[in-house]
This record gives sequence, C-alpha cells and structure tokens, in this order.
Amino acid sequence: MNDQERLKRQEKIRNFSIIAHIDHGKSTLADRILENTKSVTSREMKAQLLDSMDLERERGITIKLNAVQLKYTAKDGEDYIFHLIDTPGHVDFTYEVSRSLAACEGAVLVVDAAQGIEAQTLANVYLALDNDLELIPVINKIDLPAADPDRIAQEVEDVIGLDKDEAIHASAKANIGIEEILERVVETVPAPAGDPSAPLKALIFDSVFDPYRGVISSIRIMEGTVKPGDKIKMMATGKEFEVAEVGINTPKPLPVKELTVGDVGYLMASVKNVSDSRVGDTITLANNPAETPLEGYKKMNPMVYCGIYPIDTGKYNDLREALEKLELNDSSLVYEPETSQALGFGFRTGFLGLLHMEIVQERIEREFGIELIATAPSVIYEVYMTDGSVITVDNPAEMPDPQKVDHIEEPYVKSTVMVPSDYVGAVMELCQKKRGNFINMDYLDDIRVNIIYEIPLSEVVFDFFDQLKSQTKGYASFDYELIGYQESRLVKMDILLNNEKVDALSVIVHRDFAYDRGKNIVEKLKTLIPRQQFEVPVQAAIGNKVIARTNIKSMGKNVLSKCYGGDISRKRKLLEKQKEGKKKMKAVGNVEIPQEAFLSVLKMDEE
Amino acid sequence: MVESLYIHIPFCNRICTYCDFNKVLIKNQPVDDYLDALIREIEMIEEDRMKTIFVGGGTPTALTEAQLARLLEVVTGKFTVTDEFTFEANPDELTPGKLDVLKSFGVNRISLGVQTFNEDLLKVLGRSHGYDDIFNAISHMEKIGLDNYSLDLMYNLPGETMEDIEDSLRHVERLKPKHISWYSLIIEPHTVFYNQIRKGRMQVDDDSAEGEKYFHIIESLEKLGYPQYEISNFSTAQYESAHNKTYWLNESYYGAGAGSHGYVDGTRYYNIKPVNHYIQSMQESGSVVKETLPLDEKARMEEEMFLGLRMNRGVEVARFNRKFDRPMDDVYGTVIEQEIEKGHLEEQDGFISLTEKGRLVGNTVFMEFLL
Repeated sequence: MNDQERLKRQEKIRNFSIIAHIDHGKSTLADRILENTKSVTSREMKAQLLDSMDLERERGITIKLNAVQLKYTAKDGEDYIFHLIDTPGHVDFTYEVSRSLAACEGAVLVVDAAQGIEAQTLANVYLALDNDLELIPVINKIDLPAADPDRIAQEVEDVIGLDKDEAIHASAKANIGIEEILERVVETVPAPAGDPSAPLKALIFDSVFDPYRGVISSIRIMEGTVKPGDKIKMMATGKEFEVAEVGINTPKPLPVKELTVGDVGYLMASVKNVSDSRVGDTITLANNPAETPLEGYKKMNPMVYCGIYPIDTGKYNDLREALEKLELNDSSLVYEPETSQALGFGFRTGFLGLLHMEIVQERIEREFGIELIATAPSVIYEVYMTDGSVITVDNPAEMPDPQKVDHIEEPYVKSTVMVPSDYVGAVMELCQKKRGNFINMDYLDDIRVNIIYEIPLSEVVFDFFDQLKSQTKGYASFDYELIGYQESRLVKMDILLNNEKVDALSVIVHRDFAYDRGKNIVEKLKTLIPRQQFEVPVQAAIGNKVIARTNIKSMGKNVLSKCYGGDISRKRKLLEKQKEGKKKMKAVGNVEIPQEAFLSVLKMDEE
Repeated sequence: MVESLYIHIPFCNRICTYCDFNKVLIKNQPVDDYLDALIREIEMIEEDRMKTIFVGGGTPTALTEAQLARLLEVVTGKFTVTDEFTFEANPDELTPGKLDVLKSFGVNRISLGVQTFNEDLLKVLGRSHGYDDIFNAISHMEKIGLDNYSLDLMYNLPGETMEDIEDSLRHVERLKPKHISWYSLIIEPHTVFYNQIRKGRMQVDDDSAEGEKYFHIIESLEKLGYPQYEISNFSTAQYESAHNKTYWLNESYYGAGAGSHGYVDGTRYYNIKPVNHYIQSMQESGSVVKETLPLDEKARMEEEMFLGLRMNRGVEVARFNRKFDRPMDDVYGTVIEQEIEKGHLEEQDGFISLTEKGRLVGNTVFMEFLL
C-alpha cells in the first residue's frame, strides 16, 4: 500500500468500544455486533465470544481486553472497517479501560433500560469524555417487562448531557436496534486522524503472554506504519525489539503485511515478559523515533497486598513457578518471598484490587492445582519513624514497634456511591463506620444521589462493597480512585491462638475501632476454628495488652460412635468429608486453622 | 460363604426424637405385605446356615405375636442359626407373650433399648417406655431364661448430668446384663432433634463434657467387669456381640428388608428404603436392591482398617496380609508410624490398635487410613 491508499482506507475505519456497567449487556451486544457484521458465523460462536478466559466467562466480567476487526457494508453502500475494542468491566482495571478507550474515536454507551446509569458507567463515561470520544447512547434490554427506556433516556440526558432523542432503543438479546447502532457508528464516530508516513506512534492497550509466541501486544496505530522486520523501541522502558509479526483479530489472529494509522491489531516481537511491553506505553521505530510518546502512560502499582502460602508446604517451588508464569501475563502482579512463623514460606503479593487478588488466587488454585492460604489483604502504609526516616509497610506483621513510630499514614480513596435517595442514610452510616470523611452529595435527578466520601483504602478493600450492596438492597453502585495518603491513628493488633502470636492474623486497625474489631475477630475465629483436643484461648492484643479474648472449648470426642446398622458407606462418606475438610486447614503450632479464618479477620459482622 | 444376616423391621409405635434410621409409624402401614416381601427376600438367600442373625429396626417388637411368629417360622425354617440370634426390643413392647414367641423360635439374645434410667430424659428422647417397663421386661426375660441381653444406653443427652451417668452405672451394677452398648447421642439430620435445634427450640450444650463422660463410662464399666471391646461396646467374657463383630472384622453379611445394607463378594449394596416401594418392587421385579457398590482393593483395605480399629484389640496384621496378599506395612507403614508417634496407635502382639488417646479422636485416625 502507498500512503494515498492508506489514507483512503483510513477514511473507512471506525474504532469504538462499548461502555457498560456489569450485567447491562455489553458482551451480548458485542456478540450481536459480531454476528451482524458477518465476521463470524453464529455457528462458530460461543456465547460471549470476546471473553476468552474461562474465569471471565464464569464471573461474567471481562478481565483481559480484546479487539476485533469487522467488515461492515453500510446503507450508503460503502464497506467500512470496524475495530471493536473490548474493555474490562471492573474498577480494579480502570487504567486499562482508559488506555483501551484511548485507542478509540467513539464509544457505544450501553445503559440498562430498567436500572439506568450506575456509578461505574458514569466513571467510564468520564474516561471516554477525557479521551474526546464520540458517545452513542444505547438503551438496552427494552424488551424486559421492567424496562422504561424513555425515563432512562431522560436520565442519560440529565446526567451525561446526551440528547435523549439520540438514544437508540435496543435489545442485544432479542437482536433489536443492532443495525441502527452500526449505522450510527459509521455516521458519528470520526475516522482516525494521523499521518501514515510520520514516525510510528502505536499505543499498547493490552499485553498478554503466550507460551509459544512470547508477548502479544494489542496496539492502536496513531501515526506511521509498522511491519515485520521493523526495529521498534518501547518509549517508556527504552527497550528495543524486532517485529516478528503484525496482525488483526477476526477474532482469530490473522497476520497482515503492515499496520498503519487507525489500525487496531496485534504485534509480536519476541518480547519475553509483559513488563517490557506495558499497557499505555508507546511503540516507535528505533531508527526513526517519534519525538514524544503518546500521553497518559502510567506504571501500574499494586494497591493491595496479601501473603499467599501453599497449604502443602512442599509446594512452595510450584507456587513460585505459578507466579512466574502469571507474571509474564500480568505486569501489575508483583511478589516477593516472605516467611511467616505461622504459615511457613510463601510470597507477599501485590494486586490492583480485591478482584484482581481473587482472580490470581483462583487461577493459581485452578490452573496450577496448588491449594492456598491467603492472609487478609493489606494496603501500603507509610510509617514515619521518630528518627525521621519513612518506611513503607505492606504486611501488618512487619509494622515496627509503636515506640519507634512517630505517625502512620494510609492511602485514602475518593469513593463515589450512586444510590436512590431512599438509601442515602444507610450509605452515609456505612461510610462513617468505615472512617469516611463526607465530601459532597448531589442529586442527579429526583431519585438518584451521588454521595462522595474520602475513605481509607484499607476500609474499602475488605467488605465495603458487600456491605454497600446488602444495605442498599443492591441498588447502590460504587467507584473509587486513589487520592493520596493521610495520617491516621493506627495500631497493630495481634491475634494469639493458644497464647502464641499468629503473625499471619495480625491486622492494622484504627485505635478508636480497636476494641470492637478485636472482639469481633476473636468471636469470629471462635466460630471458624474447629474445636481441638484441648481448650484454645483466642486473644486480640495491642502490644502486650490483651483487649479481647474468648476460648474455643476442647472437643468432646471425635469418633463415629454409632453403628449405623451396617451402613459402612455412610461411615466412609463421613470420613472422606472430614479428610477433605482437613486439606483446607493449616496447622499453626498445634492448632488447626481453616482457610476462611485468615480472610475473615477484617470482615465486620452485620449488626 | 456368608454367615451373617441382618433383618430390618422398619415399623415403630412411636418415633424417637433422635432416630434417623429407616422407620415409619406402624399405624396404617401394610405390615403383612411388608412381611411377604421380606420373607421372599430372605428365601432368595442361598445359604442354609447362619452364624449370626440380627433383627433390628425400627422396632421389631412393634410386630404382633402372630407376625413375629410368621417371620420367625420362615427364618428358622430356612436357616440353622449356629451362634447368635438377636432381636432388638423396646422394654414396654417386650410382653411375656412376645418373649415366649421369640424364645420358642430360638432367639437367644435381646438387644434392649433402655437408653437411660432417667424418666425425664426418656421423655426428651421420645421413648415410649418408662422406668418400670425396663424392670418388667428384664424380669420376664430372666423368668423364661432368656438372660443374654445387651443393655443399650445413650449418653451426652440434652440436659444430662454426670449424676445421670452414675445412675445408669448403678443400674448396670444391680442388673448385671451380659453386654452393654453405650452410644453418645449424635444429632442427625432428618430427626426431630435436628429440626428443634434448627428452629432454635432446643440448645445443644456447647460445653458438654462428652470426652470426660466417655472416659468415665469406660473406666467405670471396666471396674464393674465390662471391659470395652469396641468404641461403644462393653461386655462380660464370652458375650461380645458376634453379629456386630462381622461388621468390624469387615466380613460378609446379608441385609434384608427396606433400607438394609449388605456386603457380599466385596460389594456393598443397599435396599430400597420406602416401605411401599420396597413391597412394590419385590412384587413387580422380584428384586429390592437399590444400588450396588463394588469395592476395589483400595477401598477394601481402607475399610478393613477403619472398621477393625474400632475394636480394642485392633486389626490383626497377619490377617490383613493374608486377606490382601500383601504386607500391611507396604500400604500403611508410614501412616501407622506417624500415628504411633502421635500417640494415637500402638502395635502389640501382631495387632495394630487405638490407644486411649487415639480412641478419643478416632475419626481423625481413621481418616488417615483413606488412601
């Protein structure tokens, strides 16, 4: 292709993604678009084609991004090239969402015709507006009995400022309104700008590791052209590689001769580790580099840490290998070896958020067959020592002696809760309980209220979302962003089982909440730890001061005394069940602790 | 060759609050049709001799004298019972008339469901008998010379005190039964107790001194001349339950009747549970087996161990080696060593057995023998 052909083709490219709250029908709409553009036949389709990992499919959320090239013949008789870029649907992955939106010129905003706008939708709309995207509002699920598309269209106009008359009424499930959406993409989403002969600027919006082909980066070409054999340079890391292959997803990968302005595809260059091809970085040519990289690159830092340990201590090396493999694919995953007196050898591991943490743990258990004990997640504390130095602590067990500490700061987030006005009281009460500072509240319309609090991240990462959902009957939606560190009166609380400190159960708590938390934790542990052969005292202590205690009574006896009339199979089943249960336990000293105990320590009980 | 037979009578005049066995209230039940089907099932058995027969329930004594006689006529007509022929009985139902029927057909052992001597606790358990019924039944038995009986007791009952246990022990001393079974109450699903607890109408004593009571029972019975020979069973010399030992020695037995379990040729099987379905299936197909579960060698070895270890004498190593044609050590060497180290097992005179400490946590030890 010469530049003139490239420019002509560029005119026909439309790059867009779909923004939606979880369950509002994003994946179904994506499937429908794929079908209606005849890129894949229905027969080839698994439901929700873009979500490729099993875990994603099970949880109904998109974790890793995908981009598909589609051919669409519009009503004007012209053939268009669509790139549909999928975005992850969870607050943990906000940055990745923002980068994939940066690869687009437009976005289809999907809003559920019954539920309306949610906080997450709004957050993503703002990201889209930040990237100057053309928004196409779609009111989805209009065929459901509870649908009220006119009211929701009005809400979209009031809250986001998109003309209600422009909202497309659709049902992805029933295949209603899909063609209208595609036509609107052709009409309103601008063709990509950029010069195919300029120095290369390609935005990396996703990187995955493939064991056979190395890192595969999903890229959007902003300027210039790239082809196999080119020497490229990652502008943030400065690393250079030679391009082995470029291609597009149809959704199957299809190698092409080159990728040029407006193209969205993949690039392989024998990169061994995703951290060398970071999301948000700009690829340029080594011998004809662009002067400045694209804006918006951020190195993603973990927000939440926890210790993970193999239940079977012999599997430490297997766990290390599992983490190494996952790391290849996940540049935000960090880990380093740590030792716990209670749990033995394991790894302190950093995650973007709780969901990210759960997903990684689940993948290790499922894909690598290693059963894990995970400690309660911790945020990163900045500890100002009396000698003037500052240390960071991501493991409560390592909190220094209080005598040496001047003060402690912890990360705060700005949390936005969107909720029907009936639940304002409940939300505010919860936020207060979670040590939140009220910032603002504004009525989006007659019914919906946006409540903004600054809350310690440590309070958010545990069960904030669960509590929010239960106290608002599921109506609240929630988003947060990190805003920096603030001083808090924090103390380390240790948990002692059988008079021995269990380092993996130590937690950092606010001084004013310590007594309640301590009481709560020991009572909870009492219910979770099975009765042992001896009485086990459970204590919560700050320094040497015990602030709460209870006892786990010794068990009476543990033997199937009954005869069960010759029903040996039943005895066997009971024994097998017991054996299965034991596999999930970790012996600490001579007390056996089930896995849930380690995670439960920071969950508040409902009053 | 199978040498033991269990026969199940699933009828009761009253349902006890703790019972999760296969049973129904006898009122309006097709008892005679059931006996027809049961008799057909028994007659299908090939053997003509049995070392042990155990008739349990439900409550076998819920049957009328005529029904008992009809069943026993068939059973004793078909089998020569060479060793032990046991009937489970409720004290209030063991009338002189029924006892005579049992005795006349050669029943030589009674498993007497006394449970406790405390009238209040008997009510809690939903038993139909009272304190006096126990003595009436026993004096009838002694009168006709059917004096081999097992006193079946329970402990760890809701509201029970140590004094209740002492009371039972005093009665043991006075009555001098040949054998005692003393089970701790287990709250099972599908029982009245279970539902009461679930609805918050009954509290389970979290603080119960079950372990303490258990050891007290073992020690006291030993002193009274009833050494423990299995986790819940105690006996004077020569009167250990031969039928139950079939289970613990992991030997074959037939199970006849609704919901019965059997073990023949290395295969466990069980019968259809609901009485009507059992009868119907026998009428329509001549078979009542609901499911068969063939055991592989691994499962057979596991069961040999976790059943055998229930007995105080334990598992005989040489017997195991013969039965499976490989040394026990090859299969369980490591486990046995570990458990000996923990003080749960001991090895003595060619037997592997639970220690006192191991007995208290029997399940934990048994579990280790699952391969």
